[in-house]
Amino acid sequence: MIPRVLAEVVRRERPRVLAALVGFCRDVDLAEDAFQDACTRALAVWPTAGLPANPAAWLTTVARRRCLDLLRRRSRSPVVAPGAEVVTEGIDPGPEPAEFEAEFPDERLRLIFTCCHPALAPAAQIALALRHLCGLTTGEIARAFLEPEPTTAQRLVRAKNKIRLAGIPYAVPAAEELPARLETVLATLYLLFNESYASAGDDTWLRPDLGAEALRLTKLVVELLPDHPEARGLLALIALHYARRDSRLSADGEMIVLEAQDRSRWHRAEIETALAELDRALAQRRPGPYQIQAAIAALHARATEAAATDWRQIAHLYATLLEFTPTPVVQLNAAVACAFAFGLEHGLAWIDRLAAAGELADYHLLPAAQAELLRRAGRRDAALAAYDRALGLVRAPAELRYLERRRAELAAS
Amino acid sequence: MHYMILIYSNEAEWAKIPPADLPAVFEKWMGYGQALQAAGVFRAGSQLQPVATATTLRFQGGKVLSTDGPFAETKEQLGGYYLIDTPDLDSALKWAGQCPGLFNGCAIEVRPLVPGDQPESPV
Repeated sequence: MIPRVLAEVVRRERPRVLAALVGFCRDVDLAEDAFQDACTRALAVWPTAGLPANPAAWLTTVARRRCLDLLRRRSRSPVVAPGAEVVTEGIDPGPEPAEFEAEFPDERLRLIFTCCHPALAPAAQIALALRHLCGLTTGEIARAFLEPEPTTAQRLVRAKNKIRLAGIPYAVPAAEELPARLETVLATLYLLFNESYASAGDDTWLRPDLGAEALRLTKLVVELLPDHPEARGLLALIALHYARRDSRLSADGEMIVLEAQDRSRWHRAEIETALAELDRALAQRRPGPYQIQAAIAALHARATEAAATDWRQIAHLYATLLEFTPTPVVQLNAAVACAFAFGLEHGLAWIDRLAAAGELADYHLLPAAQAELLRRAGRRDAALAAYDRALGLVRAPAELRYLERRRAELAAS
Repeated sequence: MHYMILIYSNEAEWAKIPPADLPAVFEKWMGYGQALQAAGVFRAGSQLQPVATATTLRFQGGKVLSTDGPFAETKEQLGGYYLIDTPDLDSALKWAGQCPGLFNGCAIEVRPLVPGDQPESPV
């Protein structure tokens, strides 16, 4: 019973407690060690002493004392008498919840900005965020990113060393720097979500577990910074895509494109919540790339069937998105929207221009989009050739299976 | 904390600045140095002579050997540095982000110093 309660408390409260501890001792490693020790202590004490009224407060209080212990031990200060190390022994039940709130203000926002500091590599930012803000273990992060556990462990150690040695502050950036820094945070969350959405690994094309973590983290950022429409826009974007998680893969592991998805399997309640978030963001009249992408996803979510999709409005939104992020990938998406809104040949000509400019030469979705549009335009041979180019570039098995089947169907027609 | 602001640039590109523009360039660097001083973060700083003036020593075969030139031939060379004292990396990056070289094609590397005996404020 106690271990299960503890596991639940750790899962739910760890980020909050850890953030408070880092705020106290300014050292992520030390805070982690102290928290771990407090959990061990809880396992020893709770079964006989009973469950404290506020387990999180209990853990924080004990861990904070442990922090002091460890700091004293490190400094080997001669003034500390021997035996002073065992302060963890006399344990009181911990403060009442109200006291706890007053004594340990929510420091998670600081932790977010430290984990997602632009001086850290994006992969390190993601690993730190999953470890410290989501409470995933190193092993869980390694499995999520399909890499050996020592690789993840080393990445975390390096990042923590850099935080300490380079003096990366544990602070919410000043108001004038906040927008730029928040951009880094959102970019990290977006990257994490993309990783959950279309992973290159075998049979892990969809990883709703990572998607849930990305959603949880973005919710936290929005909760802590409610007046930033791009944060809320990203939350809507992630939630809208996440709501389609059960319709994106067939029973035999083949990707299902948006058009062919069983829309009754979309999580409607989640979509409604996401649409409300998007409306709230857009009402602030400070548009940005995440809000626009969410608006595009919203138009897809609102269409009761694929044929009812408002492609004209989607094409217009892509034109706006291109003003913010004029990247080749966005151009490719805009070209596809243009094809459905204004005629297949318009879209195909745009993609041809992209290809001629040498953009996206290794990106399988360019020939895949060409193949789809050419097939619809009745240009069978050109479509088959485009499928072959896409098949030569695609890596994820779920997408490979899809493209193979589409090509075979066209070839047999 | 003490941070080195290391300024890397392509010397060949610098040599191409028209002489008429040099006073304006010089003024910008002067202004930057003065701003660092006024904020009390400046500890040291200097432009370096070109790498052609460098001499590199190595200990090989029991002897100290000196060779003409920098330790490595690179497209960009260390051209100067500032040593500043700021509370954390963010404030150091903020100062580094105002370095005039940044807007003339230089790459600016910011490195923390190992804590120890660093020069104190000259004041």
